[in-house]
Amino acid sequence: MMEESHILTALVEDRPGVMQRVSGLFRKRNFNIDSISVGHSEKKGVSRMTLTVTGDDKVLEQVIKQLNKLVEVIKVSKIDKSDCVARELALVKVVTKSENIRAEIVQYANIFRGRIVDVRKDSLIVEITGDSAKIDAFEKLMESYGIKELARTGITAMTRSSK
Amino acid sequence: MKMKGAEAIVKALEKEGVEVMFGIPGGASIPIYDVLYDSSIRHILTRHEQAAAHAADGYARVSGKVGVCSATSGPGATNLTTGLVNAYMDSYPVVAITGQVATIFIGKDAFQEADTIGITMSATKHNFQLRSVEEIPTVVKNAFTIASTGRPGPVLIDVPKDIQEKEGDIKFPKKAEIIGYKPTLKGHPRQIKKAAELLLNAERPIILAGGGVILSGATDELRRLSDLLGIPVATTLMGKGSFPEDHPLALGMVGMHGRKAANYAINDADVLLAIGCRFSDRTTGLVSCFAPEAYIIHVDIDPAEIGKNVNVHLPIVGDAKQVLKDLLKFLREKIRKGHETEWMRKVMEYKKEFQPKMDYKDVPLKPQKVVKEIMDTIGEDDIVVTEVGQCQMWAAHYLARTKPKTFISSGGLGTMGFGFPASMGAKIAKPDVNVIDIAGDGSFLMNCQELATVVENDIPVVVAVLDNHYLGMVRQWQELFYNRRYSAVDLGNTPDFVKLAEAFGAKGIRVENPEEIGPAVKDAFESGRPTVLDIIVNPEENIFPMVPPGRCLKDIIEG
Repeated sequence: MMEESHILTALVEDRPGVMQRVSGLFRKRNFNIDSISVGHSEKKGVSRMTLTVTGDDKVLEQVIKQLNKLVEVIKVSKIDKSDCVARELALVKVVTKSENIRAEIVQYANIFRGRIVDVRKDSLIVEITGDSAKIDAFEKLMESYGIKELARTGITAMTRSSK
Repeated sequence: MKMKGAEAIVKALEKEGVEVMFGIPGGASIPIYDVLYDSSIRHILTRHEQAAAHAADGYARVSGKVGVCSATSGPGATNLTTGLVNAYMDSYPVVAITGQVATIFIGKDAFQEADTIGITMSATKHNFQLRSVEEIPTVVKNAFTIASTGRPGPVLIDVPKDIQEKEGDIKFPKKAEIIGYKPTLKGHPRQIKKAAELLLNAERPIILAGGGVILSGATDELRRLSDLLGIPVATTLMGKGSFPEDHPLALGMVGMHGRKAANYAINDADVLLAIGCRFSDRTTGLVSCFAPEAYIIHVDIDPAEIGKNVNVHLPIVGDAKQVLKDLLKFLREKIRKGHETEWMRKVMEYKKEFQPKMDYKDVPLKPQKVVKEIMDTIGEDDIVVTEVGQCQMWAAHYLARTKPKTFISSGGLGTMGFGFPASMGAKIAKPDVNVIDIAGDGSFLMNCQELATVVENDIPVVVAVLDNHYLGMVRQWQELFYNRRYSAVDLGNTPDFVKLAEAFGAKGIRVENPEEIGPAVKDAFESGRPTVLDIIVNPEENIFPMVPPGRCLKDIIEG
């Protein structure tokens, strides 16, 4: 079976410790978790988690079943990657040693539909959203200039179909 | 109704029908104990919190009710933890109430503060920390529901001291409401029908019964199924007692120290119906050669168990009793009355060929002989509890049981020190039957302080210590797989267990000869007093047969 990256969403009760229960489960069961993001859902008292997990089908099945066993987990869904919107946000602080370099970075940021959200004499911060591949590409590009700091939110995702 | 938090907790426990709880009070749980002083709930003061958790677990295993234990914050709660994991691994319902430092001190490293919720998060099915007095009735209701339904397990409620003391408006709910919690009880009819067809057409069917059969009370249905189709039944350690071991089609326990007949039959089977078991590594041996020819049907209430350890061809998620009932319904419509098949004859031959040998006359005693004498002395309703290690496997392998809930053992966690406090819980659940703990000297020493509890509370359990002065199972592995390098297993000058018992006010009897065993057990039962039998056994006796680690069930060896 192939190891693959999968996206799961979990609706969970908005209670203290839920995050620890979920992350603890991954550690306890030796599952590989690539990213986890959490925030309020459309329903009061219910949070929505987006998890990206690496593993074969058998591992994925176990992850879903084990998550479902947690009392505070209400529903777990696997996101079909071909029919979803998956986004990540990154803040990238890049070193700008000269005017020219700064101009180059601004140009690149525009190409990637990023925004410059802060400028200092020797650095600037780009805000960029998109799928992970796009952010990976931008990150790689910026590496040549020197990334001072990088913050990525991890994926948050939703299926397109109106279910 | 206005009342204090501590009152609300005790009232809620009473409303759940709690009759007994095991525990030790401490600074952070004094308000609860103050209310218990006037309560109808019988409190058994153990001498260590671990024992309180095991006693609650043993009580749950025998009574079928939720076992309740309690401890104070910090060390009290951490001491409970082993017992909680033990109940979790074997799926028994326990509710633990722990005191916690007052809310304003939480996170300040206050005296006797421990992160009980964090520590027990993976030790329990679920846990709660109370944040208001008003939520107490709901939390207790939900805790008991979670502990006792679906796949049972332990639940902990952590109660900060200020919540115990504060007054609030209390309303007791009739029903639990937990939005993310809905156990599946009824198996899918199509899957069950498919299972019925597979079993009807099987040439060499076998049933593997686990603890789930006992938990769901499905022993009658299991028996009917086996009788109807003539299917031999092997059990896991936890499933011991789910099928009468004196039945012609009973194969006994399967696995690392299982009966040879059971291991071979599983190896030969073409359809394996596993019910309420989780395919532990001690049951399956090397997974890749487990039941290599069998189409595997797996019935379990926990969907996550399906496909976790063994690849399953036909999963049925549901309660064992319900599923078996439905399965029997399907079968009855189609059944041709079972005749003796070639497969049944083969299984009986296996049984005959590999009869366990127990009747030794040796001195020092052979543990097998001790187990035989105990078996011959006790009644079918009497309860055998075990510690962990060689003593446990001698009991599990040799000692036949015919009824559910009469063989109590720490299966998943393998907790030395479980047996004695669990016996105490068992005896309280069923005071009219004899309870005997088959122990090793190593295991018994891990919770022997509970002699004080059983003497003080007049709980006449019997401990049969197979005294070999070794941590025997580790020594056996060192002998077999580590060139007899006996590292840190010699218990040396172990205490005089007779005197130890007497020092606590219990009865002590030393047993050294084969003809003394039976009478000593009888004497202990008849005395009505807690008794320790110090049974001197051959120190280098091994438990065989055995599947060496990492090998197939069929590779089971004799010594």
